[in-house]
Amino acid sequence: MTNKIAATGVTAGSDKPFPASAVDNKGSRKISVSRLAWIKIAVFFAACIPLALLVVSVLTGSIGPNPVEGIEQATGEWALRFLLLSLCATPLTLHLRWAWAARVRRMIGLFAFFYASLHVLTYLWLDHFWVWLDIVLEIVEKPFITAGFLAFVVLVPLAVTSNRFAVRRLGKRWKALHKWVYFAAVFAVLHFVWLAKGDRLEPVVYLAILLILLILRLPAVLRSNEG
Amino acid sequence: MNSRFNPEKKSGAIPSSEITDRKVFEQRRTLIKASVAGAAGSLFGYSLGTGSALANEVADEDTIRAAFRTTEELTSQKTATSYNNFYELGTDKGDPARYANRLITEPWSVKVDGECNKPGTYTLEDILKPHDIEERIYRLRCVEAWSMVIPWNGFQLGDLLKRFEPTGNAKYVAFETILDPDRLPGQRRPVLQWPYREGLRLDEAMHPLTILATGMYGEDIPNQNGAPLRLVVPWKYGFKSIKSIVRISFTEKEPPTSWNMSAPHEYGFYSNVNPKVSHPRWSQSRERRLAGETKGISALFSPKVETHFLNGYADQVGSLYADMDLKKFF
Repeated sequence: MTNKIAATGVTAGSDKPFPASAVDNKGSRKISVSRLAWIKIAVFFAACIPLALLVVSVLTGSIGPNPVEGIEQATGEWALRFLLLSLCATPLTLHLRWAWAARVRRMIGLFAFFYASLHVLTYLWLDHFWVWLDIVLEIVEKPFITAGFLAFVVLVPLAVTSNRFAVRRLGKRWKALHKWVYFAAVFAVLHFVWLAKGDRLEPVVYLAILLILLILRLPAVLRSNEG
Repeated sequence: MNSRFNPEKKSGAIPSSEITDRKVFEQRRTLIKASVAGAAGSLFGYSLGTGSALANEVADEDTIRAAFRTTEELTSQKTATSYNNFYELGTDKGDPARYANRLITEPWSVKVDGECNKPGTYTLEDILKPHDIEERIYRLRCVEAWSMVIPWNGFQLGDLLKRFEPTGNAKYVAFETILDPDRLPGQRRPVLQWPYREGLRLDEAMHPLTILATGMYGEDIPNQNGAPLRLVVPWKYGFKSIKSIVRISFTEKEPPTSWNMSAPHEYGFYSNVNPKVSHPRWSQSRERRLAGETKGISALFSPKVETHFLNGYADQVGSLYADMDLKKFF
């Protein structure tokens, strides 16, 4: 039995050879090479905008009197947004038949990792100035830091194996490995929910989005278990 | 607003309002001694061991006066008035300044009730009339691990409380912030149980370091900082220093306080600044001092500074907590 998840799951790591045909078999609109190139360029520059705005706000001071906190918030929120966006790719491809969504998933996933790396770097450097004792204590003692740390730890091997070479090399194991992205997403959302003071509206919105995305995947997961 | 909340213009000399006469100080000392005797009666576990020999001794006048004005670098007025936690006006740090005009401060009155001989509703003018406004430069330590140094203008809370003649049953003082969900955007959502409530033990409230502020930086206090009347308790986390007070109640039992009601394991009634008592989210051993340059690249590379026990006011107020286990009574 053909497995939708298996077919599109590989798309994240490799643009060629099989994903396009696998998606097209399901009836998605075909997408020309040049159009896809433009979409990728557009997504790349769009994904850089938050960073550009952040740099400007730090240089002009519009970020406010606590710029370190501001950078942590902005990079953290964008890492989470891109992570959830990357999880949207498969549902968009399957349900709305947007073939291009699967084709930009890797880039979006890598931007999630990029913003998460800036977030972690800000935490280690500007927030804690590499005082490892404090950092380790926080990771162990503060549940929201633990969750954030786990989310990042999970993302690292996914980012490292996002290239074509790793996809070919890992074969079937690649798919299993990259399903861990769901754990990263759950940890990342928990990180946000647990850090909120008093007002949990915003993190709960992210939690709801994550739950919807997970529920959308349920039918496919159940089918793949049957097979 | 008129200038009644302003202190006299700063000059080289110490303004007369700052020289407290001998008698008042002696009264205060008696009061503190009485409160310490009370605290000593309740023996809670072991003392935290602050390393200060003064922990069990009542601070003398000079020691207390020395803490009235720190010489540390001030937080800029812009920072102190644009980076605020005042959830009635919104939960973002910029919200209070953004929605400041939603808070109506004229007319203003304060309801005084509970265990006192002179309850009633007092207009702001009634409240302020007999008090000289003096400048106090205090460190402000937020539970979120940032801190500021702010020149407040105000008067000692104890001087006001004495006017209401608390009875012998009065052990605590409770405060409430204005409740106006029609105008205050933050009160439309149940982020906290409104109105905002805070409280102090009576001896904490009577301590000379505890003030009611009506101004800052030599100007009327802006709405986002708690106009027209707010508490400032410099050795406790910022959320204890309740803003825009409309009610003062003397109680026999420890009054409920907003953050404690919201998350009792995170925010205690005392909420004294204490680097040894960690919060579930913030370690509390260090703080980011928001003073000096907060703009550009250089502002990013200043490490946090160490947090001190009782926010550096241990010599002045440590005796209030003699023989109390501050890890238990956090």
